[in-house]
Amino acid sequence: MKFIRNILDSVKPHVQKGAKFQAFHSMYDAADTLFFVPDVVTTKGSHIRDGVDMKRSMFMVVIAMVPALLFGMWNVGHNHFLSMGETAEFWDVFLYGFLKVLPLILVTYGVGLGIEIAFAQGRGHEVNEGFFVSGMLIPLIVPVTTPLWMVAVAVAFAVVFGKEVFGGTGMNIVNPALLTRAVLFFAYPSAMSGDKVWISESADAISGATPLAELTAGHGAGLSPLEMMIGAYPGSVGETSVIAIGIGAFILLFTGVANWKVMFSFFIGGIAMAGILHAFAGSYPDNTYLQLCPWQHLLIGGFAFGGVFMITDPVTAAQTNTGKWIYGFLGGFIAILVRVLNPAYPEGVMLAILFMNIFAPTIDFYVVDANIKKRLKRAKVSA
Amino acid sequence: MSNSIKIKRGLDIRLKGKAQEQVQDVSLSKFALKPTDFHGLFPKLSARVGDKVKRGSIVFFDKKRDYIQIPSPVSGTVTEVVRGAKRKMLEVRIEVDGSDDFVAFKKLSSAEMNNENVKSNLLESGLWSLIRQRPYNVVANPTEKAKAIFISGFDSAPLTANVDFILQGNEAAFQAGLDALSKLTDGKVNIGVNSDTKSQALLNAKGVEINKFDGPHPSGNVGIQIHHVSPINKGDIVWTVQAQDVITIGNLFLTGEYKPEIIIALSGSEVQNPQYYKIIRGGDIAGIIEGKLNDNDNVRLISGNVLTGTKVEKSGYLGYYNNLITVIPEGNKYEFFGWFVPSSKKHSVYRTAFSWLSPNKEYVLNTNLNGGERAFVFTGNMDKVLPMDILPMELTKAIMVDDIDMMENLGIYEVDEEDFALCEYVNTSKIGIQAVIREGLDSIRKEMS
Repeated sequence: MKFIRNILDSVKPHVQKGAKFQAFHSMYDAADTLFFVPDVVTTKGSHIRDGVDMKRSMFMVVIAMVPALLFGMWNVGHNHFLSMGETAEFWDVFLYGFLKVLPLILVTYGVGLGIEIAFAQGRGHEVNEGFFVSGMLIPLIVPVTTPLWMVAVAVAFAVVFGKEVFGGTGMNIVNPALLTRAVLFFAYPSAMSGDKVWISESADAISGATPLAELTAGHGAGLSPLEMMIGAYPGSVGETSVIAIGIGAFILLFTGVANWKVMFSFFIGGIAMAGILHAFAGSYPDNTYLQLCPWQHLLIGGFAFGGVFMITDPVTAAQTNTGKWIYGFLGGFIAILVRVLNPAYPEGVMLAILFMNIFAPTIDFYVVDANIKKRLKRAKVSA
Repeated sequence: MSNSIKIKRGLDIRLKGKAQEQVQDVSLSKFALKPTDFHGLFPKLSARVGDKVKRGSIVFFDKKRDYIQIPSPVSGTVTEVVRGAKRKMLEVRIEVDGSDDFVAFKKLSSAEMNNENVKSNLLESGLWSLIRQRPYNVVANPTEKAKAIFISGFDSAPLTANVDFILQGNEAAFQAGLDALSKLTDGKVNIGVNSDTKSQALLNAKGVEINKFDGPHPSGNVGIQIHHVSPINKGDIVWTVQAQDVITIGNLFLTGEYKPEIIIALSGSEVQNPQYYKIIRGGDIAGIIEGKLNDNDNVRLISGNVLTGTKVEKSGYLGYYNNLITVIPEGNKYEFFGWFVPSSKKHSVYRTAFSWLSPNKEYVLNTNLNGGERAFVFTGNMDKVLPMDILPMELTKAIMVDDIDMMENLGIYEVDEEDFALCEYVNTSKIGIQAVIREGLDSIRKEMS
């Protein structure tokens, strides 16, 4: 580590302002702070500070995604060999999926971090760790067959127009990872849904329909609740296994990085809407979506993933405590509403969360307003 | 009569180096008064370099608010006026000359006290400067009416001096101080005490309202206590006095002299035997800490506590309102993958490492910022350590964009920097929240004047 410090220290003078390579200052700074917590001390205000910084808290989210990522890699291989009618050893299956998913991750991080560093350099900021998380989320929420150039285009669009134009991490209105997904969804719909996209190189005769597609088509989900929990069926890379996502949820909630109120109320909102719709199941026997048990809605599609990793994004969520309850509940509520009643889209989680992202400031406005009114009322009472 | 108030939100940070409850006299020869201890003060000297000052004679006063006059704590000579950038006056240094001349003020028994003579005695002696007001936390204006006076009977911040211990043996002076203060307001004098206090001075205090507070820091902050007892609305003024300063005020009326002796704690992980010392207000740091620290030069000396205190040099002086010197290690070193390694040496409210496994462990924390400054990302954490019905993040943002109306609406009149110290501590974006709050208070005070 002394060795790395020496290298960094020897590079430092060349990337400072006015030096020859000053254009690389942000990149240097990102590398420097990645290897070492800087020797910066407090100057005013509290002399001691909590041991956790943005890097560590963001990294916790990445760790929380690892179970879903690993399962997703295995699942990609599993579905491939299944559709080919072949059997393979566990490690072969995993390796196949690993090699399919890795390019997605590399392209996402490469494009996203490149833009982040360029903007940080332009603004004279430090590189914010936000894309740490976004860059891992994006490979998990796209079909594994998504062409890499599409991923690159969508990431670039989402990072520039979803985040940087607003001022970077912390200032964005919508979740950049979901925006990436939305760009892909609307710009390249044929690569995003249908039977062909979910399994990499399947045999032609086999269709890789997801449970949602089956439901939309009017068949049953075709899975038992246990199979839904395990998640060895076709779908976006990280979304299928409720168990893997559950481990992630536990990590996020236990460390206190994600807000439990948002997560909890999202699932409550989903169950509530699913329950309401299920009550009409008798009137519309043809609609298999309505037949589905309300709680099973939470196990399929992107609902669990969205509820654990997407709706909990603190920047785009409501920021007040009361607001968080409302925000999460409406997110889950609308997700199921879109999923069941909108015939155009088999899934509604992405659109519901993006919609709530835009509404979060409005929710906060009313919560803050209530606080203000309470204070004014108190002043009148005492006067 | 006493009310019990339970404080649920907050955080106790346990640090190594709590002061043992024993007192030792330290006699010092160098003292200083620092204009920077008083927010918004425009100092003008009454005594020049080389002038002889008596104990209790005024050293400087405020050009704009002439009721703020700062008395010399000792009899001696003004040796130096230290100035900083733009000739800003930083310190007025006084050296004792062995004499003990003092200015005699009026002695008043509690029966003789009334609003007028108490006020004039305090103003004349300069001890009015011990009374501060909320909002803004500046020296109170004697021409205004305070709706109440609040005194916090305990300090809940890490490693702070135990007020019960300081009050021991000073019961009479404390009560005399309370008697005097009660003449200054038509409202009540409120004392907030810790629910487990056994202090006779506090529990048997007469003519006051006692409120018991139970809960973690910042329950001992007077601002938090005011919020729970009688919140400040726009236009309200509340005066606050520190418990030890009540003794000083009491002594003025009992003896007719400015008695500047205070008991301070010297604490922190870099102190060999943390304990209490009896010194004179404004004493020099080097004289106090001499021979009492561990063998480590890379330390931060803080006049006050680790959350709200002021960094001082060894050649500096204890702040006017401080009764604590904390000494902790500096954190000016690189740490390899420090953000990643789950170190048991770091304390955190987040359970991303293992500090949650040992809630009673005493930590040795240094001054490293533990990360770089970022925009606000995580939300809801500041709310957990601010036991007020105030939205900390929204208020902070309103101040950052200088939205005066919004600051007012969100309750800026009720807050002080120290109330937001824990918010600053837990903030993962490492934003200097206390400085932001001060900026907000200053801009609203300017707007109001």
